[in-house]
Amino acid sequence: MRGAAQSLRAELVGLAGVVERNAYLVRRYLWWELAFFLWTVANTLTIVFIAEGVEATGGRIDVQETTTVLLIGAVMWAYLGMIFEILTETVAWERWEGTIEYTFMAPLSRSVHLAGMGLFAVVYGLVQSVLLFAVVASFFDLSLPEANFVGALVVLAVASVSFVGIGMMTSVLPLVSPEKGTQLGFVAQGVLLVVSGVYYPVSVLPEWMQWLATISPATYALEGTRDAILAGAGLGELWDELWPLFVIGAVSIPLGLGVFRLGERHAKRHGKLKRSG
Amino acid sequence: MTAVHVSELRKEFLRRNGRRVRRERVPALRDVSFTIERGECVAILGQNGSGKSTLVRLLSTLLLADGGSATIFGHDLGRDSRAVRRLINRVSVEASFFKKMSSAENLAYAARFYGMTPAQTGPRIPEILERVGFPASRRREPMENLSRGMQQKVALARALLTAPVLLLLDEPTTGLDPRSRLEVRDFIRQVRKTHDATVLLCTHDLDEAEALADRIGILDRGRLVCLATPEELKAAYGVETLEGVFFAATGRALEDDEGEEE
Repeated sequence: MRGAAQSLRAELVGLAGVVERNAYLVRRYLWWELAFFLWTVANTLTIVFIAEGVEATGGRIDVQETTTVLLIGAVMWAYLGMIFEILTETVAWERWEGTIEYTFMAPLSRSVHLAGMGLFAVVYGLVQSVLLFAVVASFFDLSLPEANFVGALVVLAVASVSFVGIGMMTSVLPLVSPEKGTQLGFVAQGVLLVVSGVYYPVSVLPEWMQWLATISPATYALEGTRDAILAGAGLGELWDELWPLFVIGAVSIPLGLGVFRLGERHAKRHGKLKRSG
Repeated sequence: MTAVHVSELRKEFLRRNGRRVRRERVPALRDVSFTIERGECVAILGQNGSGKSTLVRLLSTLLLADGGSATIFGHDLGRDSRAVRRLINRVSVEASFFKKMSSAENLAYAARFYGMTPAQTGPRIPEILERVGFPASRRREPMENLSRGMQQKVALARALLTAPVLLLLDEPTTGLDPRSRLEVRDFIRQVRKTHDATVLLCTHDLDEAEALADRIGILDRGRLVCLATPEELKAAYGVETLEGVFFAATGRALEDDEGEEE
């Protein structure tokens, strides 16, 4: 019993170590973080201004609602990008620095190691997404009197479990392909969002893509956050989005760990952990 | 007590050869067998590409063997890899760190993976840095500001911070200036005395092997061709120097470059 408690304590210390290391790196690269945040703001604005652009060219739309729909889609895009990027860096950055062999020969379980990366990614992503939403919203005369921001954050937090699971799968790609694996994370991000109604209702998609939307956690994350922010839906009303997210999360985490273990095994069999140039 | 038991360990890598589409299997280790007793220091000599780093990586659980078996203090590398990881640490030729982070931050990160809390690493890190001859006052400087020798000292500190009972040293002094080399050697001797650590040292530095090791093995193109005390080796090959032993055992000089290792 005491041994198990000590082992659990050691794992928790290791998990905190992963979070601590990422915090150190954010601090060391603070100016770069600010530069990338500016880029994300600019990128998000290019999407969100579309609503006003459509009205200016004679289109008849509810600008307030469309702007908010686009803003939520763009923030979700950025959030997913941050989650996948941080998780993919589990391998890519450590491989580049050459530290990966020291990390992988430490007695920390891979699930705790990845959980630490996932925890940091979610906290970092949520903080940046809230800031991004606030900064971009300030460019528009948005009125959201009914918005349930707490409900939206709950949806995003629950969806994050699934996103982390999928991120674990993409994070192993740099082990399989050191040169191009990282970029494949962006492919996963794009594919996930295109079928999930990122800037449009899922109903406009071809039928086969609509089927894919039903198994994508981003679909429920987008619907839930939009319901919470636009219609002020409470947690009870958001249950229709929350329960599929719980189910997908329960599947994606073990699946992600399994895929990562397969990738790690492949890398250890073929000697791909070592940095090569 | 046996610290390391290696039996017919084998590793091959797939390599694309020129324009041929199919990849061929290149043996890196061929049926290597040896044992190291607790507290012993064994040096493995070999040219570049002889399989030294592959051996260290296999014992560090960073590679999976294609055949044979190995145990560290009775724990099987394949079946009980987490128990093995608790007992070992490694210093390699490349002092790999997060370059923007300081030595203290890098050491803290490594120590957390072994369950060491901030309360434990807070006093321990400056203490161990002082021991390896690294000025503790520089522990908050980014690693990228440090010389190669200083970085290698931090690498030694990282390995010792977790109090490993088996220390795997893969060319730990390559690229260091003569003074740093001597400091590192002194430190390895000190660690053996004070920590009761078992050491496997892979090197192509004959002086280093003779100065530090109880027994010396020669790895040639993946095969362990001999393993004995320096005196036994010299007597067996009828030569007076380790250089002569190496030439007699392999037919080549140690400096001849065999090619890059996997």
